[in-house]
Amino acid sequence: MSLRAAALLLADGRFPAGGHAHSGGVEAAVARGRVGDLDDLVAFLRGRLATAGLVDAALAATTCHRAGGAGVLPWGELVAEADARQPSPALRASARVQGRALLRVGRRAWPGPILDELACAGPDGTPHSVVLGACAAAAGLRPGDAAAIAAHQAVAGPASAAVRLLGFDPLAVAAALADLADDVDRVAADAARTAGGSAADLPCGSALLLELGAEDHAAWEVRLFAS
Amino acid sequence: MGSGKTALVAALCRSLAGDLALAVVTNDIYTTEDADFLRQAGVLAGERIVAVETGCCPHTAIRDDIGANLEAVEGLEERLAPLDLVLVESGGDNLTATFSRGLVDRQIFVLDVAGGDKVPRKGGPGVTGADLLVVNKVDLAPAVRADLAVMARDAAARRGGGPVVFCSLTDDPAAGAVTSWVRAQLAVPPG
Ligand SMILES: Nc1nc2c(ncn2[C@@H]2O[C@H](COP(=O)(O)OP(=O)(O)OP(=O)(O)O)[C@@H](O)[C@H]2O)c(=O)[nH]1
Ligand SMILES: [Mg+2]
Repeated sequence: MSLRAAALLLADGRFPAGGHAHSGGVEAAVARGRVGDLDDLVAFLRGRLATAGLVDAALAATTCHRAGGAGVLPWGELVAEADARQPSPALRASARVQGRALLRVGRRAWPGPILDELACAGPDGTPHSVVLGACAAAAGLRPGDAAAIAAHQAVAGPASAAVRLLGFDPLAVAAALADLADDVDRVAADAARTAGGSAADLPCGSALLLELGAEDHAAWEVRLFAS
Repeated sequence: MGSGKTALVAALCRSLAGDLALAVVTNDIYTTEDADFLRQAGVLAGERIVAVETGCCPHTAIRDDIGANLEAVEGLEERLAPLDLVLVESGGDNLTATFSRGLVDRQIFVLDVAGGDKVPRKGGPGVTGADLLVVNKVDLAPAVRADLAVMARDAAARRGGGPVVFCSLTDDPAAGAVTSWVRAQLAVPPG
């Protein structure tokens, strides 16, 4: 089986998991003049994909791999590895907000022990990448699917936020995303390869400007997106 | 947008907080303007008011993707239990804004007389489907030459006789008629 309907559902921007309220750092980048035209946006998305995108995809793939196997699920270890790769408190918090939103709908969509256990695991919530991997496992998907969805979302969400913020031609943005598709696939494949290994060895791609921008953004008085 | 939703929430708090445990969730487009206004108005303790951020799309947060609002409501219920009533204000939007039944038990839609007397005729899910239609700012009807009788006739036709309240929240800051409707609804099981 190559393409699974459950994967399309989980990847769909209209899946009600709260993504619409987050810009993935685009709002902060726009305000600081780093994203103003379509070329800037493409450069931003490439950078985001190679850093935060790769880390999220690897975490999602590893979580999916482990949650799909037998034995006690190492949520604590995965959450610690996710946090170790995220120095920004604002982004840690936003990853948890998005993780809680995804878990809420995931438990309705794919009820069962995997997501029930995850719901009990962290009192303040679990980062989105880990929840995504668990949802993929609960939906019967594979680590490669989880990685592909995470990599896709790393660019698709910010791209649609940029359309709303800057009034870009949505067709031009769609074309830019199509141009990035091979890169998204490559990042997903790299991430999927890490799934069977040690969580401590997961990739660590820090994106300083995303992190600093998120700290700044969280302190704004007026903003359109939650992050 | 600007029809008097926050003014109505404030009015309901004023007239209901005496004997009911209330909380409010606001959905602002920017910042936490409405929540701040309600806190400053002093109609409810600050801890009973929370704001949800909606990412440019206020109707999405109350209709298609309600998780953030559910989380806000559940957080209030957890912190302040037991609550009798949680009021959720939508972000200022347009005639197509409507609440998901997964989020609210009853929906009140607020129209502004100053928007023109043709608005009820235009319909839309808020006008036709809300449990209560409030036509606010009747005090402005002469200034904008709005014919309230036309609004009443069109609203009745669009709503198949569903309840409509005409009011001016500046003249009646306790929103008497809406308060009575809300009290009557509290006696009916949710759903
Ligand atoms: N004349 C008049 N003004 C009113 C009345 N009700 C509210 N207003 C005013 O209308 C303006 C907008 O009221 P809000 O309650 O903030 O409206 P809102 O629907 O919450 O606005 P948004 O949340 O921004 O969409 C304020 O200046 C109110 O004082 C009324 O009955 N008559
Ligand atoms: Mg308001």
